[in-house]
Amino acid sequence: MSRRWFLRKAFGMLLTMLAVSFLVFTILELNVDDVAVKVLGQFSTADQRQAWLQENGYTAPFLLRYLRWLGAFVTGHWGTSTYYREDVLTLIAPRLAASGLLAGAALLVIVPVGLLMGVIAGVREGSVVDRLVSVFAIVTTSIPEFASAVFLTALFVFWLGWLPGVSTMADGFHLRELVLPVGVLTLYSAGYIARITRSSMAEVMQSPYIRTARLKGNPLRRVIMRHALPNALITPVTVIMLQIPWLLSGVIVVEVFFAYQGFGTLLYQAALNTDIYLIEACTMVSVVVVVLTQVASDLMYAWLNPRMSFGSSGRAAGSG
Amino acid sequence: MSVRYAWLRALARPTAAIGALVVGGWLVVAVLSHALAPFDPLHSMVPLMTPGAHGPGGTVFWLGTDALGRDVLSRLIYGARTVVVVATAATLTAYALGIVTGLLAGYFRGHVDIALSFITNVVLSFPVLVLYIVIIVALGASAANVVLAVTFGSAPAIFRIVRAITIDLRSRDFIAAAITQGESTWRILLVEILPNASGALVVDFCLRLGYSAITMGVLGFLGLGLPPPTPDWGGMVNEGRTMAFAFPHLVLFPCLAISSLVLGLSLLADGLRQPAGRVGRG
Repeated sequence: MSRRWFLRKAFGMLLTMLAVSFLVFTILELNVDDVAVKVLGQFSTADQRQAWLQENGYTAPFLLRYLRWLGAFVTGHWGTSTYYREDVLTLIAPRLAASGLLAGAALLVIVPVGLLMGVIAGVREGSVVDRLVSVFAIVTTSIPEFASAVFLTALFVFWLGWLPGVSTMADGFHLRELVLPVGVLTLYSAGYIARITRSSMAEVMQSPYIRTARLKGNPLRRVIMRHALPNALITPVTVIMLQIPWLLSGVIVVEVFFAYQGFGTLLYQAALNTDIYLIEACTMVSVVVVVLTQVASDLMYAWLNPRMSFGSSGRAAGSG
Repeated sequence: MSVRYAWLRALARPTAAIGALVVGGWLVVAVLSHALAPFDPLHSMVPLMTPGAHGPGGTVFWLGTDALGRDVLSRLIYGARTVVVVATAATLTAYALGIVTGLLAGYFRGHVDIALSFITNVVLSFPVLVLYIVIIVALGASAANVVLAVTFGSAPAIFRIVRAITIDLRSRDFIAAAITQGESTWRILLVEILPNASGALVVDFCLRLGYSAITMGVLGFLGLGLPPPTPDWGGMVNEGRTMAFAFPHLVLFPCLAISSLVLGLSLLADGLRQPAGRVGRG
């Protein structure tokens, strides 16, 4: 892995992050009067707002304010939440861990289920199993998370009474409370990964080297495990990394639905209360996660695919 | 094979036919909302009636009423109009933006491409829902801002598709011929290149219309979508959520409605895509 490629990636990442921070700051803080209303509430008087703006350095020109904000942000001063009256950084950290747990648990289910369904379907393209997996994937990826949450809750909470309907984890961690959130996330994402794996697998199964391996008398099982899978899984594994931003969106919905105290509910509360410093911080954190997964996806693709070289034109294919 | 034939053949496939039927059904409901709805969707009558309950004067609330006494069926029917209008508008504006920028970037390459691709990457660095939340918080919840948010969030993906196709077509002989003939750049982009991209875009359009509907639903569910009392499926779920245990009809029907609409669009897209896929694999 060449150093140049790595440096270029890091530079691109940094540039993207800078642009994102500028965009977020512009969207949320270009209009200082709006900021004052958001922080002080709708019923504050014009005098109060003016005084607050003066006190907090909002009279400075926009660019200067941005640079100050950026400096504070980079050094970990993320401001105080107007709703929770707490330091944003200390507010976010435990919530992020909780969401990481939820997303991690979801990935642990999504990845094996999705890959397995895709491989089984792709090995026998056009078979009944293949059609079933395709239909399953289309149906599950068409149902929004909040709707499948409603359906699963109706079934497993109201009707069968097997699972709790909320996941507040109020009295400690309970695995039972994690089942429905993970189920909803799996339902939405596994189908997509199955589809990608299926088409990748189907393509590999039709390639000449697989036919050769088969004609040499290798059992199908061995051909699939030894010859087909290593090549067929390159694309899906890369795609799984790129799914993480989507998973993050899903996590927000699922957390709100099941009242799970994670990053998503925090952002949701912040949005409902126009708690702008908290929104800014949450946004930047989520963008960092996305950018890191993109880089990880590129690295993974390059590492898994021996045909990829890191020459002067070393640009990870498939990401552009 | 003529284009019209391909369409007919695609619609003969069961998945595409079912999809077209479902989507067509919701379109009819959306267009004829005022004739089909038994009640005014904003009119308060008897609160929290269960499905099939009788209202005053021999009327029937087929799907019950909500906490404010509004007929759920009527709100569902008018909600179809809301989602069809807003999601279509949002998807079309996203396409307009994505196509124009994609054509420019793919055709001119160089600085234009670098700049547009960079902006695309920046927008794609947001988890979509976070981007929507930021835009709605900054601008307020309204139909126009939902359209704006979806446009902003969807255009990058369309940009990438159009850009890739344009780069591919740019080097073909017929484009060189058009340039030699002295055709204007805009004519080359819109008359020579764009029609050749339409196949991929039609499939993508069906899928993206579904995503836009989901986005509207999710924003409504989070209470950041169209402001009440607009009949909106996601908003109905949000309003009924706290009472779902006692009155499941408040959330079940809107969830079924949005799921069926998006499923119809996905099936349609799947059916339209298959013919091209087969040819490609030879």
